[in-house]
Amino acid sequence: MSARTVRRRITSGVMTGLVAALSFTAVLALLLILGDLIAKGASSIDWAFFTKSPVPAGETGGGVANAIIGTGIIVGLAALIGLPIGIGAGLFLAEYGSGRLGFMVRFIADVLNGTPSIVIGIFAWTWMVKPVGRFSALAGSAALAILMIPMIARTTEEMVRLVPHSLREAALALGYPRWRTSLRVVARTALGGIVTGCLVGIARVAGETAPLLFTALGNLNFSTDVRHPMQTLSLQIYVYGTGPFEEWHRIAWAAALVLMALVLILAMVARRATRQRYGRVR
Amino acid sequence: MAASANVRLRLETVRLTALFDRNAAVREVSILFPAHTVTAIIGPSGCGKSTFLRCLNRMHELSEGGWVTGKVLLDEVDIYASDVNPIQLRRRIGMVFQRPTPFPTMSIYDNVAAGLRVNGRRPRSEVDEAVERALRQAALWDEVKDRLHASALELSGGQQQRLCIARAVAPEPEILLLDEPTASLDPAGTQRIEELCHELKRLYTIVIVTHNLQQAARVSDYTAFFYMGRLIEVGRTSDLFTKPQVEQTEQYITGRFG
Repeated sequence: MSARTVRRRITSGVMTGLVAALSFTAVLALLLILGDLIAKGASSIDWAFFTKSPVPAGETGGGVANAIIGTGIIVGLAALIGLPIGIGAGLFLAEYGSGRLGFMVRFIADVLNGTPSIVIGIFAWTWMVKPVGRFSALAGSAALAILMIPMIARTTEEMVRLVPHSLREAALALGYPRWRTSLRVVARTALGGIVTGCLVGIARVAGETAPLLFTALGNLNFSTDVRHPMQTLSLQIYVYGTGPFEEWHRIAWAAALVLMALVLILAMVARRATRQRYGRVR
Repeated sequence: MAASANVRLRLETVRLTALFDRNAAVREVSILFPAHTVTAIIGPSGCGKSTFLRCLNRMHELSEGGWVTGKVLLDEVDIYASDVNPIQLRRRIGMVFQRPTPFPTMSIYDNVAAGLRVNGRRPRSEVDEAVERALRQAALWDEVKDRLHASALELSGGQQQRLCIARAVAPEPEILLLDEPTASLDPAGTQRIEELCHELKRLYTIVIVTHNLQQAARVSDYTAFFYMGRLIEVGRTSDLFTKPQVEQTEQYITGRFG
C-alpha cells in the first residue's frame, strides 16, 4: 500500500467515525428521554392508570383516564377543524397559489408557523374564553387547530408539488376539468404524503401545553363536555410535575411516558404511510 | 397538400400562431390533416412542433403565458371560437405524451376508464366493453387481461405507453395526437407503437410529432417539416423524403443540420 492509500484510508476511517458519533449524539437525546421516562414512569403504569381518574391529593392510586380521553377529544376536535382547512389551503397553494393571493397566504402561514404557541393560546383565550366567561375544551381545540393549519397547509403544498406536471397534463388532455384534475389525480397521487403531514401535525399538537393553559385549563375530574374545562396529558404533566406531592410526580412521569408513546405510535404510522407512497409512485 | 375530394377533411389550421407571452413559438402555420391519415411533424429541437401539437387540443393555453392567434378547424368549426368549451373539446381529441403518464393511484382498468368516467356515469357493462375495446386497439389486452385491477405501475415502460394510448382512445376521440410517443421506449416498444399507428388510422386521424426521420417515413402518409416555428414544407411522405421542394427540408432530411 502506498502512503497515499494509507492516508486516504485513515481519513476515511476518521470521518466515518466522526459522522457516526454525531449521528449517535443526535439520537442520544431521544434515547435518554425515553430511558428516563421508562425508568421513572413504567412502574406506575397499570390497568388502573388507564381506567381511573385522579384521586384527591394525598391519597394514593388513581389514574389519568380523564387526561387520556381529554387529549383524544381535544386533539380529535382540533384535527376535525384543522385538517380540512389545512389540506384545502395546501391544495390551493400548490395548484392555484402562483398569484398575489397565494403569496399572501403562504407568507401568513409561514408567520403563523413561527408564532409561539402560547401567543395562539392567548388569542384563543381572548376570543373564546373571555367573552363566554368560561374555560372550555373547545377553545383548546381551536387553539390547537390554529397551530396545526399552517403546518398541514405547507406540508400538503410540498407533497402536491412533488406530483409530476406530466400527470396533471395527462388528466387535462383527457378532458378533466381543473378541479377534478386537482382532486382525482394530483391530490390522490400525493395522498400518502398528505396523510403523513397530517399525522405529524397531530403528533406535534398532541404534546402542546402552553396554548391549553388558559383555554382547556385542565380538570381533575372526568369530563367529556367540550363546553367546560377538560384535562389533557400535557396539562396533567404540567400540574402534577410541578406539584408538591411525591405521588403526583410519580403519575406525571407515567403520564409523560404515555404521551410519548402516543406520539411515537403516530410517528410510526406516519412512516408507514410514507413508505407506501414511495412504493406506489416511482 | 393534395387532399383528394373523397377524403373527408377532419382538421385544419389556418395561420395558426402560438405565443408564450410576446414570443411566437409557432408562426402562421396553415396545414390540412385529412381524415384517417397519419401526419408526421418533423424538425429540429425547439422548432415548435410540440407547441403546435398542443394547440390542436387547446393544451397550449394551459402553459404559462400561452396563447394563440389564427384558427384550428375541426370539421369546419373553429375550436378557438368563444362558444367552444376547451374541456369538452379535449374529450374529442386524444393525446399521448413523450413519457408514459399512467395515473399511479389507479389500476390498469381505472386508467383506461378514466376518460370515460369524466363524461358522466355509465353502466358498468358499457365501461367494461369500452375498456376491453381500447386495450385491444392499443394491442395490450392479451398482456393485461388477467390483471386488470393491478397497479398500472407494474407494467413496463412500453406497456405503460400503450396503456396511455388505450386511455386516450377509450372515449373514442376523433383525433389522436402523439407527442414523440416512442422517445422513452426501446426499439421493440417503438416498433409496437409504430404498428399501432397503422392500425389506428382506420379509426382516427393521427398527428404524430417525432424526432426520428425513419419513424416519420415508416408511419406517416403526410409529413410536415417545421423549422424555427414555421412550416417549411408539407406533402406526401414519399414525396417529401425523395424529392423535397425546399432546400432546408433537403438539408434536414439528409442530416446536414438539426
